Amino acid sequence: MKKAVSRVYLTLIYIFLYAPILLLVVFSFNDTDTKSRTVWSGFSLRWYEMLFQDRMLLEALKNTLIIAVCAALGATVLGTVAAIGINSMKGWRKKLVMNITNLPMLNPEIVTGVSLMLLMVFVAGLFGISLGMGSIILAHITFCLPYVILSVLPKLGQMDPHLYEAAQDLGCTPLRSFFKVVMPEIMSGVITGMVMAFTLSLDDFIISYFCSGTTQTLPVYIYSMTKKRVSPEINALSTLLFAVILILLLIINIRQGRMGKKEEKEADV
Amino acid sequence: MKRLRRAVLLLACVLAACFPSPAFAQEEETVPLTGEKIYVYNWGEYIADGKDGSLDINTEFTRRTGIEVDYSTFDTNESLYSKLVSGGASYDVIIPSDYMVSKMINEGMLEKLDFSNIPNYQYIDEQYRNLSYDPTNEYSVPYTWGLVGIFYNKQYVTETVDSWDILWDEKYAGKILMFDNPRDAFGIAQKKLGLSFNSTDEDEWIQAAVQLKEQKPLVQAYVMDQIFNKMESGEAWLAPYYAGDAALLVEENENIGFAIPTKQGTNFFVDAMCIPKGCRNKSGAEAYINFLCDPEIAAANMEYIGYSTPESAAKELLPEEVVNNPIYYPPQEIIDNSEVFIDLPEETALQLDSLWAEVKMGGPGDSMTLVLTLAGFLALYLAVVIYKKVKRNREC
Amino acid sequence: MKAKAVSAPYLVWMAIFIIVPMLLVAYFAFTDSNGAFTLDNLARVGQYSNVFLRSIWLGALSTAISLLVGYPVAYIISHSSLKRQSVLIMLVMLPMWMNFLLRTYAWMTLLEDSGLINNLLAAVGLPRLHMINTQGAVVVGMVYDYIPFMILPLYSVMSKLDPSVVEAAQDLGADGKRVFLRVTLPLSMPGVISGITMVFVPSVSTFIISKMLGGGGNLMIGDLIDMQFLGSAYNPNLGSAISLVLMVLILICMGIMNEFDDGEAQGGGMML
Repeated sequence: MKKAVSRVYLTLIYIFLYAPILLLVVFSFNDTDTKSRTVWSGFSLRWYEMLFQDRMLLEALKNTLIIAVCAALGATVLGTVAAIGINSMKGWRKKLVMNITNLPMLNPEIVTGVSLMLLMVFVAGLFGISLGMGSIILAHITFCLPYVILSVLPKLGQMDPHLYEAAQDLGCTPLRSFFKVVMPEIMSGVITGMVMAFTLSLDDFIISYFCSGTTQTLPVYIYSMTKKRVSPEINALSTLLFAVILILLLIINIRQGRMGKKEEKEADV
Repeated sequence: MKRLRRAVLLLACVLAACFPSPAFAQEEETVPLTGEKIYVYNWGEYIADGKDGSLDINTEFTRRTGIEVDYSTFDTNESLYSKLVSGGASYDVIIPSDYMVSKMINEGMLEKLDFSNIPNYQYIDEQYRNLSYDPTNEYSVPYTWGLVGIFYNKQYVTETVDSWDILWDEKYAGKILMFDNPRDAFGIAQKKLGLSFNSTDEDEWIQAAVQLKEQKPLVQAYVMDQIFNKMESGEAWLAPYYAGDAALLVEENENIGFAIPTKQGTNFFVDAMCIPKGCRNKSGAEAYINFLCDPEIAAANMEYIGYSTPESAAKELLPEEVVNNPIYYPPQEIIDNSEVFIDLPEETALQLDSLWAEVKMGGPGDSMTLVLTLAGFLALYLAVVIYKKVKRNREC
Repeated sequence: MKAKAVSAPYLVWMAIFIIVPMLLVAYFAFTDSNGAFTLDNLARVGQYSNVFLRSIWLGALSTAISLLVGYPVAYIISHSSLKRQSVLIMLVMLPMWMNFLLRTYAWMTLLEDSGLINNLLAAVGLPRLHMINTQGAVVVGMVYDYIPFMILPLYSVMSKLDPSVVEAAQDLGADGKRVFLRVTLPLSMPGVISGITMVFVPSVSTFIISKMLGGGGNLMIGDLIDMQFLGSAYNPNLGSAISLVLMVLILICMGIMNEFDDGEAQGGGMML
């Protein structure tokens, strides 16, 4: 009885979570014009065709990917180095740095966006340049940094600090001992941080909206789409994005599953 | 029928490009400029983009000149202004409306145009040159003009629509849309009251704000281009908007009608192409403006977007039903009875901003409430801290 | 010694991209358009007290609903088999990966007067409901967009809960209700607190959801800030002042939440 109730409840919640997405997907195949977005009138792929002819959209997609890659790499490198530095700090210094690091995470996104915009516009004004790709990348690195730091720090904490010293005693240069000893220890945290930064940057709208200047990222473009005469193109776009995410997650899960099994097997051996 | 016409027009353009007439041959020479790019910032739904068999203006421009167009859209004059000033964006071509052009000229935000690069300016009719917003016509080239009127759903609104008062009619509560920008929204209230758009009298603005606040409970939403969807789906029945959009709304939906409240008067606007200071490719921008002034291109563009062209040469290329349609080309007396927006002095503009925020949030607030709210939260915080301290002390 | 020096680039970055921007906001909030010191902007924020109250109210409402709806979800998930847990929690996270503008747009087509829900109601002969462009629609949108932020921290706390603690309470004669009230609930308090913060902060400062689902007539703080910077009323000084007040408000709220966090964890510990 209790189990049945919880099962029904969970089903209802998942319906709530997925109904709107399902709706978008179904109506992306609808053969209608913009007039009746919620009346079904036959199957068609024409919104997908239109989507791939939309030059600005493809441009926005390209921008988004470039920005996400740059932001993820930048935030990962800077964040990993920062985490090592922070890890060696102690007392009030560490506390202070950590509090400031957390600020972009705690602050409302719109305030972060606005404050970064003020800075970028000020600097851009000095050099007489426009905001664009560069300012978005800088802003994205900034808001991704705390996530990288927070995923690397615990790994550093778990590491034996003497390992690094031992490597140096055995004649490694500091840089070499870092890559040979420290990196492998914290790699999983670095990767988690990088993936997180990548997806955060990919999905970000509010901060990009304020710092975008003339560059359009995909979310910014979607926003301008919702302000115009909305065509079912937007449904087709949602469907494609959702499908891509679903496939990516499935691949990751299957791989993890396999690796898990492999490890189990190895453990058995 | 309409599609066919568009197709013919499109074909004419393509043919003209394939068999270059002297005018086009000149542009063919500029093709090697490939690699250049211009950034264009225009209103949404304000250019022919290849949909419904229209000519894709931007692609055509790239094809002829080799200059790539990075095209993005805004939805109000005010947000265009903000984006330029506080968003730190440098565009090469922008298309603001009359009053915004004069504001930008006054604030030194626009570049003077080099008209020797815009030979097609010759096609702009005399009556659209040297207008009050740019009296010496150094900064802008008119793109379109038009009037503001009311779109209505004939199924539900059966009475004759000839007055702004219908937007205050309780019969249609919840089915009325309203402009989501202060000048247009206040403009309607001002014409309803018989006032001028450009008054500097504080009381007159307050009167208009009172009207808008009265109207607010009846308004379904404050929107701009979203009216297309909401009117087409029958979600809303009444919406004031720009006459040009009748091309998409009225002609493709038999249920939707359009009327201009001529007796009370309406807004006559001109949207003009300008180059903002800080542009990155001025010659490219001028080539773009020149291209849009080409009568054939202008005709293909206007045919799709539906707004009225300031070029007689382009008008001649448009189909007769369009030219004779009073929605797009109204008789002179209607234009004479309408008013243009003029840039407001700073004080009035500030008053307008706060009145507009007041309308949208429903009545003015007062500092006391806000201070008390914050103080309340602070008190709660302190209470928790003190309570915990006391508790801890007792436990120790 | 060396390791400390390594953090230098980050410290510089932090100063430029976190601290300076915040100072700029403060600077703009306390100056007029000519750069002279003024308190006018802060005084003018008072005009918008309605907007603040509405945002706090709607934010609190959607946080409360998310908590009430999300808590049982996290509870049920954390009590199912391990294999199912990972699938179920993945299903909660999946919608989050889709752009929130698109998700909100989907709700628009659902809630409209001529939208899907109303068409369904009409089809079964029920009267149509007016839902879009109301505060209710805004709350639904916020709950939908942010409920995963409530479920995830709750789940992560509950899944780490030692089942033997519950068993011990049961052995000592506590019935289901008592076990829940005296053991499970206090122990899941850290999850509740972080869930509340993670839902309240974005919903109080949202600016797209209220525009898309609230019809532009239900202005919220986020809309107000957007209006001053990139919207119809260009006034970055006022916008900065509003941002500053919003920041203070959120800091206080977070302070309260933090206090509760420690307190309850201790209380829970003592009860054991």
